[in-house]
Amino acid sequence: MTRDLQLLILALATFVVFVMGAAILGLGRGTGYVLHGWLIAAAAGWGLLKVIGHWSDPEPVVPFEYQDRVIKVGVLACFAWGVFGFTIGDVLAWQLAIPDLNGDMAGSNFGRIRPMHTTAVIFGFGGNALIATSFYVVQRTSRARLAGELLPWFVLGGYNLFVVLAVSGYPFGITQSKEYAEPEWYADLILLVTWVGYFTLYMRTLARRVEPHIYVANWYYLGFIVVIAMLHVVNNLAVPVSISVPKSYPIFAGVQDAMTQWWYGHNAVGFLLTAGFLGMMYYFLPKAAERPIYSYRMSILGFWGITFLYLWAGSHHLHYTALPDWVQYLGMTMSIILLVPSWGTVFNGLLTLNGAWDKVRTDPALRFMMVAILFYGLTTFEGSFMALRSVNTLSHYTDWTVGHVHAGALGWVAFMTFGSMYKMVPWVWKRDGIYSLRLEAWHFWLALSGTLIYVGAMWNSGITQSLMWQTYEPSGVFTYAFIDTVDAMIPYYWMRAIGGLLYLIGALIGAYNIAMTVRGARRPEDGTEAGPLAQPAE
Amino acid sequence: MDHAKLERHGVAFAFAILGVASLGGLFEIAPLFTIENTVERVQGMRPYTPLELAGRDIYVREGCYACHSQMIRTLRSDVERYGHFSLAAESMYDHPHQWGSKRTGPDLARIGGKYSDDWHVAHLSAPRDTVPGSVMPGYGFLAEARLNTETLPQSLAALARIGVPYTSEQITGAARDAVRQADAEAEYEDDLWDSYGHTVQIRDFDGDPDRLTEMDALVAYLQMLGSLVDLENLRLEDLNQ
Repeated sequence: MTRDLQLLILALATFVVFVMGAAILGLGRGTGYVLHGWLIAAAAGWGLLKVIGHWSDPEPVVPFEYQDRVIKVGVLACFAWGVFGFTIGDVLAWQLAIPDLNGDMAGSNFGRIRPMHTTAVIFGFGGNALIATSFYVVQRTSRARLAGELLPWFVLGGYNLFVVLAVSGYPFGITQSKEYAEPEWYADLILLVTWVGYFTLYMRTLARRVEPHIYVANWYYLGFIVVIAMLHVVNNLAVPVSISVPKSYPIFAGVQDAMTQWWYGHNAVGFLLTAGFLGMMYYFLPKAAERPIYSYRMSILGFWGITFLYLWAGSHHLHYTALPDWVQYLGMTMSIILLVPSWGTVFNGLLTLNGAWDKVRTDPALRFMMVAILFYGLTTFEGSFMALRSVNTLSHYTDWTVGHVHAGALGWVAFMTFGSMYKMVPWVWKRDGIYSLRLEAWHFWLALSGTLIYVGAMWNSGITQSLMWQTYEPSGVFTYAFIDTVDAMIPYYWMRAIGGLLYLIGALIGAYNIAMTVRGARRPEDGTEAGPLAQPAE
Repeated sequence: MDHAKLERHGVAFAFAILGVASLGGLFEIAPLFTIENTVERVQGMRPYTPLELAGRDIYVREGCYACHSQMIRTLRSDVERYGHFSLAAESMYDHPHQWGSKRTGPDLARIGGKYSDDWHVAHLSAPRDTVPGSVMPGYGFLAEARLNTETLPQSLAALARIGVPYTSEQITGAARDAVRQADAEAEYEDDLWDSYGHTVQIRDFDGDPDRLTEMDALVAYLQMLGSLVDLENLRLEDLNQ
């Protein structure tokens, strides 16, 4: 593709988004929605000016080095969203412990701000971590600079515009109320456009690689990009009511919508929160441990096992519901088999540490990664266990599910992110190391104790409540009214809020440590830094 | 297949991922649209009236699904606490479904008719005054907010486009019908019953007959939840899945 054609496509895509923003701000009603119109139009308009400015300039000389500036912005976005999302999460936890904290106002009630938490941590924190590290990994493993000078910025910018629109819409009541797919149609369209750009950029960068083989970390990042695209499009098919209001109606209804939703929901976990972060593990773990991946064969089996099986497992969220039984049993079966590639990957990660276990003791970043893998193993085992129909009668609709998700999100996803960031930040900013290893260790222990308190509280509350729901008097009547089971939760809600607070404090220390590293002195160039390799001109 | 070969071709690799990953959906979701008995054929299901739909939109807007399910499982402890297990047919017009995944509060699939309108208004406004120990936020602001009926025709039209059987009369009269359903005198009872059937409940819902509020709409929605299908006369062969 010529430079002109690339810029033309980029300009057109940005222009379409701009027109949508202009239409919303012109024809829309309601504060939040009109605000979104302005935001979209301003962001897209600014982007458009950038493209046009770039176009009129003479073709710039692309520096013969990796494109790391966009990664730096992604890292900062990741930490900003993380701190924001953890804070909202802990506010929600306190709202359950002390209900008056809801304020009983539209914009502050639990129902409206709960998706702010989930979107900010999954898409804001997790998504930015994946985009930033994927840009890092694909360049290093390909020995090539990102294929495009503007496109990486549009991917990162468009993606964060999507997250801002989503998170700022919920307090105004702009939501589809499809769990983890709450953003309305116009935000979904922006994500779609951005994602096409991300996929294109990734593929074109891979095409520039000097290595004949595509390294395993890239398989996972690619799996994340491809499958999220498929899930996002299918699950968010909807008919907008009119351009004047943000509301739309999803095209599927009832049982089909429920199955599509959990096919999406379970695989947002499978491909954003698992595959993407396994990509991170497959690069940063061997790098930090300075050991090769234990088994290449196991990584192949793990990758295709996860890619195939995860998509079948969503129906375990719908046991004993009006979903036909055959789908429930199929989902349960696949969920159990899924343990094989999951644990294969766990062992592949842990055995990679053989010969480097001393570093786990001395390097908190590697300790973060090692514990992340343990939590991944715990969570995948627990997930398969909870997918059993008999266990699910106890766990479903309770805090056990919440505990399970947080064992994965706090223990696996965020630990892997922190571990990788503590490694990658000094590398991209060219610093000697992290600002303070002591603070890094503090972050680790606060995060670990916070996670254990949180998950422990939720196991107890979930099982307690479920057992209370199912307790009968000898006469055959229920022993507990529903509200009795709510009363019993209060001590666990306090525990959870305290665990979450510890985790938040740890993350704040982490953010401070990263900020001080960034502000620190640059390491003098010693010429040993590896760069992209020369390649034939396009 | 030789994996080393695949690893050398980015585009082939991406297609392989898409192919392998799409199988689950093709085998588990696509048949739900084609296998006829996925959704039972039962008597009584009808689309939501405009006022109920407006109430449902508020339920969706407030994110009630975060704490309330609308899906009674076939378990004894579910059925005895909440009523007859939910049928797929009962959510056939639900765009989106609100089955939920969490019961911080109780299931609402059959909440309709269990409590009075007054109870719902009082409970929504100040949950702990009605149910001591409740952790639910207060929704008093709904009683203050006038219901916007302006876009209801467009809402019905959008739903009609994706298969909800609204007639063109129902679509054009949507805003009017919403007002009529909350009419304390029930003057247009016959018209509404002719149009939507005899399960439509017509009265002032929020205790304030002078105004049509969001509270009217939400309570109207809650009071019809799970009450449409004639469960007494359900035959087993209708449910065979």
